[in-house]
Amino acid sequence: MIIQIVILVFIIFALWRTAWRYRKKEISIRELIFWLIFWLVVAFVVAWPQSTNRLADILGVGRGVDVAIYLSILLIFYIIFRIFVKIDKIEKEITKIVRKVAFDKKNEK
Amino acid sequence: MKIIAVIPAYNEEQTIVEVVKKVKQYVDEAVVMDDGSSDNTARLAREAGALVLRHIINRGQGAALKTGIDYALKRGANIIVNFDADGQHQAEDIKAVVDPILENRAEVVLGSRFLSKKSPIPFFRKIVLRGAKIFNYLFLGINFSDPQSGIRALSRFAAEEIDITQDGMAHCSEILAEIFKKKLKAVEVPVVVDYTEYSKSRGQSSWNAFKIASRLIFRKITK
Repeated sequence: MIIQIVILVFIIFALWRTAWRYRKKEISIRELIFWLIFWLVVAFVVAWPQSTNRLADILGVGRGVDVAIYLSILLIFYIIFRIFVKIDKIEKEITKIVRKVAFDKKNEK
Repeated sequence: MKIIAVIPAYNEEQTIVEVVKKVKQYVDEAVVMDDGSSDNTARLAREAGALVLRHIINRGQGAALKTGIDYALKRGANIIVNFDADGQHQAEDIKAVVDPILENRAEVVLGSRFLSKKSPIPFFRKIVLRGAKIFNYLFLGINFSDPQSGIRALSRFAAEEIDITQDGMAHCSEILAEIFKKKLKAVEVPVVVDYTEYSKSRGQSSWNAFKIASRLIFRKITK
């Protein structure tokens, strides 16, 4: 199917970019290995979609694609939660800085 | 007994002069906490005789309050009064919130709009405030008649104990939760609120309640 080819081409691109990032020391070896494994697993599932059906049967879900979607959604929710936590932390730190500036300015007067 | 009023303000140049002048009659020092206003709030407050601190960017009323309270403590305040900058509060009520602390009856005194019949509160706002009460009771374990009231008095001890980490409007509920957590003696007194067209436009939209509730829940689960 065309979509498989498109995605696989994209994955090759993603793998290349990941290796490039590692080369330029923008990501660590752990991140490199993580993303390599991640993309290879995705490539495998895309190239052989039937492989997910066994997993789906074990989990009691209709199709392999559905399993992928459920897991993806869970992952996305988790990531979004982590982002919220991070943003909250950043806001608190900004306030700390602004507060310090307010006191410093007052003391200068 | 040094009484310092902390008045958080964001773009309140229309009312700040009158507020500062009125408040100064009832306290030793008035601190206006300018939360990144883009108008003349800071300058006018200073000219009216208040001590002014400025957040260079707007951080929210909770953040402004904490900065103001920290400053008041540095200036040796024994009692800190919180007062709104939009003209809603009556300066005469400062005496009502300060007295219980002077008489050693409480560490925190909260002004409540609902203990006296006189405040003309818009109907929809009443419903939302009811909801806030129930929410506060269920999730934070606190039971006060006016959770979002901006007029209160803190003893020095209470001001040092209470830690305000909510930058936005949720600080009101957070203060109540801190009172409960740190077992501070708190009482409520009736105050009168003046709902002018101006102050109604300055107030929070009632829909903010959902934002506040979700922020408080979020903090509770991430603590």
